[in-house]
Amino acid sequence: MHELAITEQIAKIAIKHGEKNKASQITDLYLVIGELSTVIDDSVQFYWDLITENTLCEGSKLHFKRIPAVFRCLDCSKEYHLVQGELTPCPHCKSSKMDILQGKEFHLDSINIL
Amino acid sequence: MVKNVSVVEKIHSANDQLAAEIRQRLDSVSVFSINIMASPGAGKTSLIERTLQELTPLHEIAVIDGDVATSIDADRAAIAGATAVQINTGGQCHIDANMLRLAINELDLENFDLLLVENVGNLICPASFKLGTHKNILIASIPEGDDKPYKYPAMYQDVDALIINKIDLLPYVDFDMAYFKKGVQLLNPDLVTFPLSCRTGEGIQAWITWLTGLINNPKTA
Ligand SMILES: Nc1nc2c(ncn2[C@@H]2O[C@H](COP(=O)(O)OP(=O)(O)OP(=O)(O)O)[C@@H](O)[C@H]2O)c(=O)[nH]1
Ligand SMILES: [Mg+2]
Ligand SMILES: [Zn+2]
Repeated sequence: MHELAITEQIAKIAIKHGEKNKASQITDLYLVIGELSTVIDDSVQFYWDLITENTLCEGSKLHFKRIPAVFRCLDCSKEYHLVQGELTPCPHCKSSKMDILQGKEFHLDSINIL
Repeated sequence: MVKNVSVVEKIHSANDQLAAEIRQRLDSVSVFSINIMASPGAGKTSLIERTLQELTPLHEIAVIDGDVATSIDADRAAIAGATAVQINTGGQCHIDANMLRLAINELDLENFDLLLVENVGNLICPASFKLGTHKNILIASIPEGDDKPYKYPAMYQDVDALIINKIDLLPYVDFDMAYFKKGVQLLNPDLVTFPLSCRTGEGIQAWITWLTGLINNPKTA
């Protein structure tokens, strides 16, 4: 059910910006999703089609730009990633202190309108 | 002609805005609030019962219980001495700020000094819906296994305190505490942690002491 709540929020934001720009239709939505943020897979398009019937977004397509998680080790300053989706200590020096440089993004970047 | 319009708006912005309003409202009447998250059955309601048992003589406590359908947990909180409000999320796997706002409207807030919110049992969704509560608490329980921090990093990253419940079961299950804590340390260094058992009462006092300190002086910690 998580997808339903998320898609409702996406639709609200898109419609608000569509109306502001006097759109007759919203055709595409470009979302940016960090690897560490909400779990979202292609099943949201299914919810999307359901909840956007009879709205500005009817028939529109969701596009996902996925941002990989990047960590920076606070001890050796090297950068590293998740290994098979799991977080590990720094592969270079085994330190567990790190900053998250990216991967927590979750926003609607732009929309295409007619 | 297709035209591309820049939006750049966080998906959760509406929820975050409501959460900020809830926080203001709570602060205006000096109610300290915590949001308790965990997987199903980890012991959220049991911890609330224990907390009520210790603190009802000293504080005026309200409990808001989020559940997909029943009111069993709110009933348990009421029996344990709290003023309890049930949120039925109607299938949603988390409480969002709007649901909490509506539940708070049913309380005479100024009569309380502590609000405990039991979120829906789930380790994924509640992490991304802020509620405006002062502290977010996660309960892990021994039978769930020691790999949860690795599998649900978002949940472990953003919480303010971690309770490790059901330590009375440690002798009976394979739970590698060192491996578990290493995962926690990766995600949330120096996270304040309370190993305890709601069944035997072991460790409860440390939790109560921490919580009481915050109710009386929310600026510390
Ligand atoms: N052995 C043991 N059992 C516990 C402990 N704490 C809770 N339990 C049991 O675990 C089960 C679930 O506890 P609840 O407090 O209902 O868990 P919950 O997280 O509120 O569950 P949901 O609201 O359904 O997600 C109950 O049978 C409790 O008696 C503990 O410290 N030790
Ligand atoms: Mg419960
Ligand atoms: Zn390193």
